[in-house]
Amino acid sequence: MEKQGFIEINGEMTPFTDEKNVLEVLRNAGVNIPTLCYYSDLSVFGACRMCIVEDERGNIMTSCSTPPKDGMKIFTNTTKLFKYRRLILKMLLSSHCRECTTCPKSGDCMLQELAKRFAISEISFDRSGKAFKDELPIDASSKAIIRNPNKCIHCGDCVRMCSEVQNVGAIDFAFRGSNVQVTTAYGDPIATTNCVNCGQCAAICPTGAIDIKSDIDAVWDVINDKDKRVMVQVAPAVRVALGERFGIKDNERFNPILVAALRKLGFDEIYDTSFGADLTVIEESNEFIDRLENGGKLPLFSSCCPGWIKYAEDNHPELLENISTCRSPMEMFSSVVKEEAAISDELPDKRTPVVVAIMPCTAKKYEADREEFKINGESRTDYVLTTQELVTMIKQAGIVLASLDPEAPDINYGMYSGAGVIFGVSGGVTEAVIRRLVDKKDAASFTNISFSGVRGLESVKEVEIPYKGRTLKIAMVSGLGNTEKIIKKIESGEAHYDFVEVMACPSGCIGGGGQPRSTRRTLARRSKELYANDKISRIRHSDANPFVGRAYREIIKDDNHRLLHVHYAKED
Amino acid sequence: MDKTNVTQVVADILEEHKGSKLSVIAVLQDVQEALRYLPREAFEVISKETGISMAKLYGVATFYENFSLTPKGKYIIKCCDGTACHVRKSVPIIEAIRNELGLSEDKDTTDDLLFTVETVSCIGACGLAPVITVNDKVHPSMTPEKAVELISELKEAAEKEEEVKAQL
Repeated sequence: MEKQGFIEINGEMTPFTDEKNVLEVLRNAGVNIPTLCYYSDLSVFGACRMCIVEDERGNIMTSCSTPPKDGMKIFTNTTKLFKYRRLILKMLLSSHCRECTTCPKSGDCMLQELAKRFAISEISFDRSGKAFKDELPIDASSKAIIRNPNKCIHCGDCVRMCSEVQNVGAIDFAFRGSNVQVTTAYGDPIATTNCVNCGQCAAICPTGAIDIKSDIDAVWDVINDKDKRVMVQVAPAVRVALGERFGIKDNERFNPILVAALRKLGFDEIYDTSFGADLTVIEESNEFIDRLENGGKLPLFSSCCPGWIKYAEDNHPELLENISTCRSPMEMFSSVVKEEAAISDELPDKRTPVVVAIMPCTAKKYEADREEFKINGESRTDYVLTTQELVTMIKQAGIVLASLDPEAPDINYGMYSGAGVIFGVSGGVTEAVIRRLVDKKDAASFTNISFSGVRGLESVKEVEIPYKGRTLKIAMVSGLGNTEKIIKKIESGEAHYDFVEVMACPSGCIGGGGQPRSTRRTLARRSKELYANDKISRIRHSDANPFVGRAYREIIKDDNHRLLHVHYAKED
Repeated sequence: MDKTNVTQVVADILEEHKGSKLSVIAVLQDVQEALRYLPREAFEVISKETGISMAKLYGVATFYENFSLTPKGKYIIKCCDGTACHVRKSVPIIEAIRNELGLSEDKDTTDDLLFTVETVSCIGACGLAPVITVNDKVHPSMTPEKAVELISELKEAAEKEEEVKAQL
């Protein structure tokens, strides 16, 4: 990008190019301007006033909403700015529940961090009582998130994320003036609304106002129960993000350390959700081929993402028949291991099998509890923990990752193909399915597929694949707002696809609502590492996984419909 | 008002506005005028037809004082408590009306849906202070006694109307 001009930051000339606002110029120049409501992927809101800068005439402006102009002179650290920022922080804190030590966001709260950074030692406008009391009811109705409006600072991040990026709009501002609240319509419990449980609101919330619903205590209980056989499955997107919380840079080789940590935590058997993904590839590509050859409903939409399923149920019931009947990899995994435990006479194991899934996703908590996935009235996945919760458990147990030696996961469900690994990133399901569809299954062929347009962090990707004399058109989309646009195009006839892969979270599972805070940089790194992980796998395509073959022979047999598929109830 | 009726009224109003996102406030105003308040079913229809989320509609409706989410009475009494009315003793009038009807600041509508009592800040009739309006008809130079009398008159008028209706 060509240089547009210079702005002077604290007396130093700084070039800018296509930055949309002064804030981006400052951040690119290495000045970490404080913000609570600015995200480059959301619209500019200008609510928190933390990003203020001063010009040479003493005017104060919010750098997030000021475009850069050649010749501009900006100061970022004047006495006046410090005074104002402190004042703003004190006002925010005056009506904010300040019981930090018992807040789940403590240590990860941006308000707390800024209060520390600007040395706020007392709140001069204390409306005592309010600051230490939960005046507004806490909404714990959802399986995925918990909302505590007493900790809300009205930055609107969640509101904009929910409506702008996800096109859901389950929450919005209501009431006026000092009574303003972020709430659902009529203050309904969020679980009863059109919320899809994606958790992006919790991921972006700077304070403890929206947080992941924790299942940590319940998991400790089963781990410590000698009568329980606790199996854990870890999703691929988890292992490329978890290390970030422990300052581990070399995530590529992190998985064996993670396996060691899970054993230290006390899980009995350590498995990988990528095994479930391998099953999904086989079932989903079979379904795709069947629909192609027998004139079934097309386009076929992927079904791995529970946020997308809920969105379709709420907004596009007409598409439910287009959605693959495949259970998600997590559910296929749990279904198979629980089935094995139920039918096996060889293992005289008296313990009750329990499946814990570690996911980058809050919606998986909701999925695990769905009636449709229960067999004989019981959930197949017993507990779902997010990446963030696993971080907490590792810290609670005092496990020092740096001191662990790498370990391998267990058989029969710890072996997986590279195709199962890349499920964690948008485009991965498609790439894995294409690997199954092509005749030539060698490294060169797989490399060629990777350059067909399936990779990259763009939110909408398209590829065309030759298959048995015809051309298959495939779309890969992440973010539900983008998905809505694709659906509109399909319904208007403007676009035609044979297969559409949908991931509710931006960039796919690597950007899930249960992950450590995601930025464009961390997303790019996580994606790169998943692909690297795939490349070093000895098994690159799903049907080459010998344990998948074993599962079909010994457990699934002809029962794939009951164990691996699902029908979502259609609303009348 | 039953649900199908609300659905029809709102659908007609939306048709007039052609579901434009920009006219959501105008739509809500028309719905309120037709139904005297904004029932939940109305939001559900508007949300479904326009794609504007329920939470957003709720936000707009709760932001403006003029929108009501609860049914309003047949007679809407607006008591002016602007500066001129206030100094000419509007407060005892408001209290007298509320006492007479068993209403308060939090409960503004009678259970029989006959009366809604609101306070407003100046209706621009300061020369006639203290003033109240009943369904936008101005009643000047009020006293608590006159207000109570007015309410009995309104009650009688409503009863008569009911009788006439019953006879028909």
